[in-house]
Amino acid sequence: MSHYDAIVIGAGHNGLTNAAYLAKGGFNVMVVDKNDYIGGAAVSRELQEGWLYSSCSYVCSMMRQALHRDLDLSRHGLMLVPYLGTINFADNGDTLLSYHSEEAAYNELKRVSRHDADAMFRIQADLTRYSQLIRKTLLRTPPDPTSFKPRDISELLFLAKEFWSLGEKELYEYIRFFTLSAADFLDEYFETDIVKTSMAGAGIIGTALGVYSPGSSYILLHHVMGDVDGSIGAWGLARGGMGAISNAIASALQSHGGEIRTSAPVEQVLVKDGKAVGVALENGDVLNADIVVSNLDARRTFTKIMAKEDLPPGIYEKAKNYKIRGSSGKVNIALSGLPKFNNVPDNPYINRGGQAFSGSMETMERAYDCWKRGTWSDDPFIESVIPSAWDPTVAPAGMHWMSNFIQYCPPELADGPWTPEKRDQFGQTVIDKIERYSPGFKDLIVHMEVRTPWEIEQEIGLTEGNIFQGELTIDQLLFNRPFPGFAQYRMPIKNMYMCGSSTHPGGGVSSACGANAAREILLDLKRPNTVPEDDCYDE
Amino acid sequence: MDHGDTDTVKRTHYDTIIVGAGHNGLVCANYLARSGKRVLVLEAAEQCGGLAASYEFHPGFKASVAQYATHLPTQIVDDLRLTDHGYRSGNLDLVGLSPAEPPVRLNGANISGAVETDAAAFQEYHRLMDKLAQMFQPFWQKTVPPIGNNSLSEIASFAQLGLKIRMLGKQDMQEFFRIVALPMYDLLDEFVTSPVLKAMLSWDGLIGTKQAPRSPNNSVLQLLYRLQNRSEVCVDVASLVDALLGAARAAGVEIRTDAPVAKVEVESRDGPAGAAADLTATGVTLESGERIAAGQIISSADPRSTFLNLTGAEHLDIEFTNRIDRYRDRGMVTKVHLALSGVPDFSGLDQPDGRMVLAPDVETIEWAFDNAKYGELPQTPVMEVMVPSLHNSALAPAGQHVLSANVMYTPFAVRGDEASGGWSVASRAALLESVLHVLERYSPSIQSQLVGTQLLTPQDLERSHRVSGGHWHHGDFALDQLIMMRPTHGAAQYKTPIEGLMLCGAGTHPAGDLTGLPGFNAAREALK
Repeated sequence: MSHYDAIVIGAGHNGLTNAAYLAKGGFNVMVVDKNDYIGGAAVSRELQEGWLYSSCSYVCSMMRQALHRDLDLSRHGLMLVPYLGTINFADNGDTLLSYHSEEAAYNELKRVSRHDADAMFRIQADLTRYSQLIRKTLLRTPPDPTSFKPRDISELLFLAKEFWSLGEKELYEYIRFFTLSAADFLDEYFETDIVKTSMAGAGIIGTALGVYSPGSSYILLHHVMGDVDGSIGAWGLARGGMGAISNAIASALQSHGGEIRTSAPVEQVLVKDGKAVGVALENGDVLNADIVVSNLDARRTFTKIMAKEDLPPGIYEKAKNYKIRGSSGKVNIALSGLPKFNNVPDNPYINRGGQAFSGSMETMERAYDCWKRGTWSDDPFIESVIPSAWDPTVAPAGMHWMSNFIQYCPPELADGPWTPEKRDQFGQTVIDKIERYSPGFKDLIVHMEVRTPWEIEQEIGLTEGNIFQGELTIDQLLFNRPFPGFAQYRMPIKNMYMCGSSTHPGGGVSSACGANAAREILLDLKRPNTVPEDDCYDE
Repeated sequence: MDHGDTDTVKRTHYDTIIVGAGHNGLVCANYLARSGKRVLVLEAAEQCGGLAASYEFHPGFKASVAQYATHLPTQIVDDLRLTDHGYRSGNLDLVGLSPAEPPVRLNGANISGAVETDAAAFQEYHRLMDKLAQMFQPFWQKTVPPIGNNSLSEIASFAQLGLKIRMLGKQDMQEFFRIVALPMYDLLDEFVTSPVLKAMLSWDGLIGTKQAPRSPNNSVLQLLYRLQNRSEVCVDVASLVDALLGAARAAGVEIRTDAPVAKVEVESRDGPAGAAADLTATGVTLESGERIAAGQIISSADPRSTFLNLTGAEHLDIEFTNRIDRYRDRGMVTKVHLALSGVPDFSGLDQPDGRMVLAPDVETIEWAFDNAKYGELPQTPVMEVMVPSLHNSALAPAGQHVLSANVMYTPFAVRGDEASGGWSVASRAALLESVLHVLERYSPSIQSQLVGTQLLTPQDLERSHRVSGGHWHHGDFALDQLIMMRPTHGAAQYKTPIEGLMLCGAGTHPAGDLTGLPGFNAAREALK
């Protein structure tokens, strides 16, 4: 029997971040993970010899810079590089390229519509402004609006002040942006479908909403509020794949004396007299601890690794009602060469970004309709990146690795659970669609890994394969995340905490959830706070 | 019957002209006249009532587009003594029908026909929703000030709402913040299991706005708005319009029908034209060319018509015009009226005297929405059906009846019908046939009772009732189009950027349905 100051369940990036800050604060910390590798969904795996697949998350922009610097992740091997923009492919074969050069980007948009080229400046300015307010909340613990504690009241006042200071007009625009559909929001700026679709993808990735669903414009913001090295809205790749992020945080954790144990699935959180006292592993080992932190999603935490009788009444039901819906698939492909796309100039700088096979607003919405009916669209939205065009470490020389993210893919099919045959059909749908835009694409395929929500849940442990550990809708944001009354990382059981993306500020590889949870734990134990404030305040 | 006071001597100047004799225009006119204002109401149609007016759609059969369960606040009924003028209210059950389940009946907290567990869960659901609806109730009757740079009394208004929310108690307050943005689909999933019960409970959160059971953010608020009054329902729309007219005449309001307004006259008082702050509305010009002056013009027309058609973008600043232009006001409800030779017989019901929702489950509602969002006709329409002639025998010849159906979801214009202006004859026929087909599943003999039909698509309503988008509520009931944002900031406290021009229609706070509240609130502001 071993005893730790704290045990963190799940070695995903948030679990590792949480543990790193606890270790830095002087705790004797153990992180346990069910898999024989660390990283959760921020992982690089060599599933084909010579290729490193970022088999779940594949791009990064939300990592809080304050944390990156504070944990010295660069020294621990993390290198984030921005990648060039995304080529958007329309149903009719048209393409829309994006460039980092403002002039080139403007000219490309003007080719489609002068009006939209001008509108792009407006929307980028608006999005940046909107995201600044949210960015201020990322490394803060949400206030409890029902509480009269001085800290809650002052945090609530902070939010109100920030909100009020927008001014009347901005505030109303903000409310619109929070509640509209991505389609309605984009309609106000743009006139051409291809420009709208090039922006709309961010509104549906990972979520069980369509581009026409109210609320999807917030998801859009969630995806553009990140930055790479201060360039807001830019997306980056981690050299060595997303696993490099987890490895760097793990290295930081270990440098502070923390430990990690893999292949150690938790059977149950041990509760005694209403207090968490440790965990029992599936192999029978018992690890005692003063504090237990769950990096699993809220549904899984309360319904899988805790005994119902240990929970206060109502919590189990809240966890059951927590919306965590599988809506995304992933197809990772090893390629023998760089694919060529129709109507795209043969320019290496253009082909080093991503590809979005979005089709049209209607095609995207119809894919959502299929998801509602428990099937997948034969014309799904696919967002692809070929990281090997930038990063020589993820594929053999001359060869490439392509990440394809598919929206939508149901967690379970209308006619029953996923089977290997149906999974393969799903994969076939994806490469058939890419082949339409890149003749000869299939001939380049060396190896392919198809992941439906079912595989994601089985391997990573995300309920239904939801990449955000829970939908990012208003009912599950800020002080509602994961559920009202439990948004401050403390669980209804004493000495137990949550630190995953089920908590504020939600999904995305930001490490903010893990860091925020660590701050609360240190506060409860009256230890000095080692978690930095966000450094984005003066932007 | 509703032709104006022809015996009144035509005045040349009025304190107030109200554009449109819809129920909100009439409520507003009543309150102003009772405060001693000289009020002229101008109505474009031959009859008063707007969407609530009852028209003959088949020889001997009359119906009103606004046939819907509607609560007029007791205060308005009492203030205007509408009961004395013939207003009739009563009780109306909400009845959920499904081929797969026995009918479920709801009236307030009373439920029958549901399985025991659902009936128990419904009590908790109703307790919470009723409590939240009562919390909001006073705010629908208030002018909500704009945010920012508030006066003390305005801050008090916000503080009062904050206090109300606090007074819910910790648990209900937390639940409020969570469920207020939930889609009906998810909300009802947490309470009940019966598919038909879910469908009927979702109905009032959906109808009239572009949203389906799975659409987040707006449905719960719309539902709370409709649950605000526990009073009796207006069972006879014709009696409401007649009572409002009667009260208005008694109060000295002058009403002219067949008097469509072409333009609100705007003058630049203190400076060159173009500076918005200096513009003042001085009167209206009718389509006939007649000009009528007044110190105050209050429009009960929808915001788009009021600003873009009657006022004109040339008198408004570009940002304001853009905000009106983006205002979402395309209706998705089609009205179907049937003239029947007898009382329709609905399987499982003794009398079709409630408000019957013909939607077996929320999925059917969602799929109908999915069709309409692409401009297609719903494959299986869902609808709410009433037989208003059971409550007012004057609507149909003796022994015969009128069936009124609100059909969801239909596009404003059908994709592929661009050549025929939005709705081809074939599309109209196809929609009517699928509506009758659905009705037949619930009322097998309905086809044999059929004497006449009328189909009013949103586009028809736009033309016949001059309401933009054919939208019942003059605009979607959506978070960004409510309260101090309805219809948009700058016009949300009933006053508009043009001095002397005000709004009193459903496109202002609180919103649509036959509540009279926009007219009530606007009158209070007009008298300030």
